[in-house]
Amino acid sequence: MVHEQSGERGDGAESASLGSYLLGFALSIVMTAVPFALAIGQRLERTALVISVVVFAVAQIFVQLFFFLHLNSSGKWNRAALAYTALLVFILVGGSVWIMYHLNYNMMER
Amino acid sequence: MANGTVELTPAGRDSHAGHDPAATKVFGFWVYLMSDVILFATLFATYAVLSRNYAGGPSGKQLFDLRTVLLETAFLLTSSFTFGLAVLARNASRRDFLFISLGFTFALGIGFLGLEISEFARFVAAGDGPDRSAFISAFFALVGTHGLHVTVGLLWMVVLAWRIATGGLSAANRTRLALLGLFWHFLDVVWICVFSFVFLLGV
Repeated sequence: MVHEQSGERGDGAESASLGSYLLGFALSIVMTAVPFALAIGQRLERTALVISVVVFAVAQIFVQLFFFLHLNSSGKWNRAALAYTALLVFILVGGSVWIMYHLNYNMMER
Repeated sequence: MANGTVELTPAGRDSHAGHDPAATKVFGFWVYLMSDVILFATLFATYAVLSRNYAGGPSGKQLFDLRTVLLETAFLLTSSFTFGLAVLARNASRRDFLFISLGFTFALGIGFLGLEISEFARFVAAGDGPDRSAFISAFFALVGTHGLHVTVGLLWMVVLAWRIATGGLSAANRTRLALLGLFWHFLDVVWICVFSFVFLLGV
């Protein structure tokens, strides 16, 4: 009974294809090479560079989630757990940076 | 009351959609990965806060060698792809292709780890170990924790290859491969963040 069902959805990787892995691999190479070239080139000003690197990083995270971690074929509770974790990451990292930046700013000698 | 419960239970279980044990294991492992995301988030937050506290020591620009970092990234990205090939080999029940692609994944993982350890050794030899400044402490904690995860993933790969070699592609081993795949791709995602926020924005 269990074995018959394991081909249905099981672990989310049964539906994977060579084409989707190749596409994911190609996209992740592009999304690594472009921000690397931008950082090496030193042509952009700091703010533009930071925004570009963040955008490419987030885009690549989504590529990895869909093409390698098969988020689209996994259950909705996987996505719910991920969404909640993303909120926690935002609060942890964003909150820390926000507070410590203002702490540094307020304690600077003026 | 007791009769009602007895009658309801079998029907309720059979119609339950989440009965597939493989899907349950994958979900459990996914929840573990989410807790690992929180672990890395705290390390990233620590690094973000301390990344300018050089204490007179070197900055990221002086310390990091971007060519090595790019090579490390290439190794890890390619290993993620070759692990995908191992999953395809599993789906096709081809043990020979599975061992070849797992072998490539393992070699690329070792390559990544070798480069990382040599970089760490270079920093320490130059006196820029974790005790040099808050920046380098946070760097070693974050990147070292990722490297530790890769090490565990490589050990797991050896154990799983041995289990598949001796026990074949059983249902349990198929699920184990899927779990290791999640772990390995997850480490790739963490490395993308390290690559972008620590190295690209640190130089």
